Amino acid sequence: MTNAAKHTISLLVSNKPGVLTRVALVFARRGFNIDSLVVSQSQEAEFSRMNIEATGDERTLHLMLAQLNRLVDVIHAVDHATDDVIQRELALFKVSCAPEKRTEVLQIADTFRGQTVDIGDETITLQVTGKSSKVDAFLKMMSPFGIRELVRTGKVLMSRGLEATA
Amino acid sequence: MSTNMKTAAEVMLDVLYEKGVRHVFGIPGGNSIPIYDALTHHPLDLILTRHEQGATHMADGYARSSGKPGVVCVTSGPGATNTLTGILTAMMDSVPMIVITGQSVTPNIGLDAFQEADVLGMSFPAVKHSYMVTNPQHISRIVKEALHIATSGRPGPVLIDIPKDVSASLIDPSIEPERDLPGFKPVPVADPTDLDKAADLLNHAVRPVILAGHGVILSGASEALKELAETMQIPVTTTLLGKGGFPDTHDLSLGMPGMHGTAYANKALSGSDLIVSVGARWDDRITGVPEKFCPNARKIHFDIDPVEINKIINVDCAVVGDAKASLEALIPRLKPGDTTRWIKQVNRWKRDFPLKYRKEGKLRAQHIIEELAAMAGIDAVSCTDVGQHQMWAAQFVKSDKGENWLSSGGAGTMGFGLPSAIGAQLARPESTVYTVVGDGSFQMTLCELATAVINKLPIKILIINNRYLGMVRQWQHLFYENRLTGVDLEGNPDFMKLAAAYGLKGFRVKRSSDVRKTLKAALQWNEGPCIIEAVVEQHDNVFPMVPAGATLEEMIIEAPRRKRSAEDETKEIA
Repeated sequence: MTNAAKHTISLLVSNKPGVLTRVALVFARRGFNIDSLVVSQSQEAEFSRMNIEATGDERTLHLMLAQLNRLVDVIHAVDHATDDVIQRELALFKVSCAPEKRTEVLQIADTFRGQTVDIGDETITLQVTGKSSKVDAFLKMMSPFGIRELVRTGKVLMSRGLEATA
Repeated sequence: MSTNMKTAAEVMLDVLYEKGVRHVFGIPGGNSIPIYDALTHHPLDLILTRHEQGATHMADGYARSSGKPGVVCVTSGPGATNTLTGILTAMMDSVPMIVITGQSVTPNIGLDAFQEADVLGMSFPAVKHSYMVTNPQHISRIVKEALHIATSGRPGPVLIDIPKDVSASLIDPSIEPERDLPGFKPVPVADPTDLDKAADLLNHAVRPVILAGHGVILSGASEALKELAETMQIPVTTTLLGKGGFPDTHDLSLGMPGMHGTAYANKALSGSDLIVSVGARWDDRITGVPEKFCPNARKIHFDIDPVEINKIINVDCAVVGDAKASLEALIPRLKPGDTTRWIKQVNRWKRDFPLKYRKEGKLRAQHIIEELAAMAGIDAVSCTDVGQHQMWAAQFVKSDKGENWLSSGGAGTMGFGLPSAIGAQLARPESTVYTVVGDGSFQMTLCELATAVINKLPIKILIINNRYLGMVRQWQHLFYENRLTGVDLEGNPDFMKLAAAYGLKGFRVKRSSDVRKTLKAALQWNEGPCIIEAVVEQHDNVFPMVPAGATLEEMIIEAPRRKRSAEDETKEIA
């Protein structure tokens, strides 16, 4: 694939059985890798929101957006690669942490405004929220201590001000 | 409880009938019995088929020849999966179709019950849309939505999966939920700026060519296209599915372009400075390698489906909208230039590189196809199967109406020829319908002979018998040093005995000199279907041919002078 870049696509979809599969098939058919996928309720019960992060070339992305918009259950699908939108992600880190390392780990977590959600003799579990790049940076800082488990919610986004999120 | 309660199956049939549907194609099974039970006392005609694939191609042929959606009703599991090939065929060629599949009773879904399959899930990549009916009260809404989706914008197949307990449920037909299609986009209307740009490109073109596809026929844009071509004096090449959208008999017609297109259509495309695609999607059988496709020509693309824009070929101007409406809005913007020199050049190519075939020696497929088309007349409906005979039919059948030419293009589905002709003859009982099939493709759905016989449909089935899967043999011959594998159809039935077994008339022709006499007898046979078996030269190849991956300029215009004999080929294999 040429010009592989990361894209954040948001979709508003009808809450019908199979809609997730229909959307996923559009990505799978062209071999587009889905990096993260968030499906959640919207302000209206009959619609759901999807936020998809995917890596691939521009030309294929344009084709896929058109194919997504062609699906009857998709109200609309938009790429936010260049938009200034609010982006957030939440991550939980279970880090190896003997009691003598606690202060150091907690100091770093504090810098990232991380929260301690669980603590034991050998591990400490931290919650970090923010832009994905912040989560990435925290991951880098925690790696030397030994990350036992990591889970990320995937990116969610919303337009600023009065502009409606597509 | 209201006294007017009906089963969901009955309500479904009522809605179909109300919306103009008259025929349902299919074969029942356990999980579709409630629907078939409702058919026993319903004005809808059931056309009982012998296989579900046949049912889908019949519905497809019915739709292509009449412009009305074809409707299929089958059972769950294998009955439903047998429709997938026909659904794909309709999807690839934008044909409106409703496929109703029975399903296991609701509590059994997902539990590997008998004849239970995730048909909804399997349908996703092959349909325009699909439904599973969970609430019987919603059946009328779903059927109406399905018909709307199948027939509007770019048409396509819609599947409705109905569990047996749902179709058998009693409901009050007067309670009707409203349409719920918030994501179904309306037909786009051409942007005036794009139309101005298209007009500007057309007004300044010196060597323009129009590439007309199925969209012209689906939108009823033939008259507008003719006006465009005649006003601006632009030659028109029609794709396999666009055939008849512009009359083959018109002076400006170039016939079909692409892999087995006419030399003059391909030369015109290669030599053009502007290609105007109307309702065609730059199929790889026309463009070859997209980067090398007519790099010196500007391109305009008229299409109703935004997905097609810049999918294969990057265009200079895209007009998204219905072909007819877009062309009608375009025409007032045009200022005819002078294409006289270009038309002269194109006519020289037509004169110098006509379609031809050898008439000496054994009977040629092209000969009998050309004769049948001429004798049946231009108003006949021509169906084809898929393979060499299909390309010869595309080359030698003359058509001037899109709904008179039925061929599986995008999917290239062998087995389409016979059932599509059955659908066409049911939709158009007054028309002469013939189908050109290969001995290979015919055998994929030949069980539908019974359907043609019981309905007394006077279809002429021309079997081009070369005892080969001819198109594959041609490729192995030309590109695989004649290593023939899996193409010899030794073991073919005796087609005359087959005809007799099904109780239909059979004609066999082996000599060129008998062609007219045999066809005359076959065309006069109207008591039911007949088979005309043409035993033809086995080793003929379809020319012109643009090898896969080559450019249009690299086409092989005709067969090498020395014809390879069967003996030569045998020697080479040994």
